[in-house]
Amino acid sequence: MSVIQLENVSRAFTVTSRTGLRRTKREVRAVDNLSFTVGRGEVVGYIGPNGAGKSTTIKMLTGILVPSGGSIRVAGVDPSRNRMKLAKRIGVVFGQRTTLWWDLPLKDSFAVLQKMYGVSRARHAENLATFVELLDLGDLLDVPVRQLSLGQRMRGDIAAALLHDPEIVYLDEPTIGLDIISKARLREFLAQVNKDRQTTIILTTHDLDDIEALCSRVMVIDHGHKVYDGTLTGLRSSQSAPRTLVVDLAASLPPITIDGATVTKVDGPRQYLTFPTTTSAAPLVAQIAATYPLQDLTIAEPTIESVIARIYANPAPVTD
Amino acid sequence: MAESTSLRRAMAWPGQYRMLVMMWIRSSLAYPASFALTLVSTMLITGTDFVAVVLMFSHIESFGGFSLGEMGLLYGTASMTLGLADLATGSIERIGQRIRTGELDVWLIRPVPAFIQAVADNFALRRLGRPFQAGLVLVIALGHIELDWTVAKGIVLVVSMLTGSIIFGAIFVLGAAFQFISIDSAELANSFTYGGQQLTQYPLSIFGKDIVRAVTFIVPLAFVNYYPVLFVLGKPAPLGLPSWIGLLAPAVAVAMIALASVAWRGGLRRYRSTGS
Repeated sequence: MSVIQLENVSRAFTVTSRTGLRRTKREVRAVDNLSFTVGRGEVVGYIGPNGAGKSTTIKMLTGILVPSGGSIRVAGVDPSRNRMKLAKRIGVVFGQRTTLWWDLPLKDSFAVLQKMYGVSRARHAENLATFVELLDLGDLLDVPVRQLSLGQRMRGDIAAALLHDPEIVYLDEPTIGLDIISKARLREFLAQVNKDRQTTIILTTHDLDDIEALCSRVMVIDHGHKVYDGTLTGLRSSQSAPRTLVVDLAASLPPITIDGATVTKVDGPRQYLTFPTTTSAAPLVAQIAATYPLQDLTIAEPTIESVIARIYANPAPVTD
Repeated sequence: MAESTSLRRAMAWPGQYRMLVMMWIRSSLAYPASFALTLVSTMLITGTDFVAVVLMFSHIESFGGFSLGEMGLLYGTASMTLGLADLATGSIERIGQRIRTGELDVWLIRPVPAFIQAVADNFALRRLGRPFQAGLVLVIALGHIELDWTVAKGIVLVVSMLTGSIIFGAIFVLGAAFQFISIDSAELANSFTYGGQQLTQYPLSIFGKDIVRAVTFIVPLAFVNYYPVLFVLGKPAPLGLPSWIGLLAPAVAVAMIALASVAWRGGLRRYRSTGS
């Protein structure tokens, strides 16, 4: 069952630029003919470079922005026409700005949201107790939001977005600026919520570890077009980014010469060889072991950054 | 069908407004001393306005045909209506800032109209300073005016406070709506609201006919208090207008609500379709 459906959605902006006295108006398509569906309970990583159209898509999905073309259904309704009705069924976290009230203690913000969203007292108390425990908010409830650290505030914001049991949650850069431990805890929490509540999660991020940890599906957008939609593994292999063989020899030797792999770096006894994803590693290893004093060896998968960099450099719109 | 749902939604607005306002009041009362100080200082600052008028009257007998007591009535109604409008809707003037920082989006993802959130945002009880001070001036002024009070005059005076507040409130909203087009135009609205209060605290006849025409037919500030007060005091209206023109204040208020509502919706629609 799909909870989000986009069909040929476009969003154009008019950009006025001024050169000398002449003003020229130019139409920019932030999102161009975008189609996809998201099923209930999916966790989708929505990634792309700055200005690719991620935020524009999210704003259309929440009903803030009206699309200039195409049709959108979220939880069965047209977001821009039923914005306030839809609001009760979605949760949004804007990584860069808070949805909480700056001068209010965290618990007062939560109390206001309870009334605003019309959540029953019992349900609110139950959710609050869960989130306080999972997000470790106990000591923060009486602290005004402006005094919270970025990581604490983000935890508060995420709890706020989930208190009304939304079916769909949009998270825009939820881990931006957080330390490694906070990031890990947040990812764990989101995975838990998705599992327990079947909450659909759309995550935009620049942190590819977020995707790695959470998302069963990745969508890559660039210049308003969808350039990839599928699994993370598929994303890696689709671009046939080279894999790396890290070889530790017994001594510093000249670069290894074998068929099917090339040395990219020599660091004393350690040598780095790259080979295409399509080549099997086993024969390469056998060859090296037969002719060189091999001590240790690791195979590094292409980093997701390098895969995405290749997509951006070399976009091939998906056909589906 | 559609109408009944929008009516039902509109019925929820007062409750939503009250809920947000109570939240802000609670948060401002968290620091009672600071609250009391700002309240008193607002009263004193706005009070100096009228002190200037009183000092002026130590040299003259009447000003634009108004005695000191009558001036007090005019000043009190101007200050009271602006004060109440500022209390209830003044926060909306910061919409430009919200647009600039993108915080308006936060309001748009909530199940409460952005307008309600905008007028209730940062609701400050300390803004009661002006209505308190205005109430004080009014009580004193009414004690100094010799007038044959009738029930009709009493009703006109009381109703004019309400309609005057609505007119000022609508100007606040119009100014905010204009910020969707020109983000830095907050000062423009201020010139009509705070500037308008400065204007309407004096008998408009002293400003010349063009100003009187402008505040009658273009920005209807004259209906906030001047025309109703003229009616109550039994003074003739300027520009050869009938003396009952003050009774049109409720109609002007309704028209201003309609205009402000259209402008606000238009502004929001523009924001949602341009995303700027």
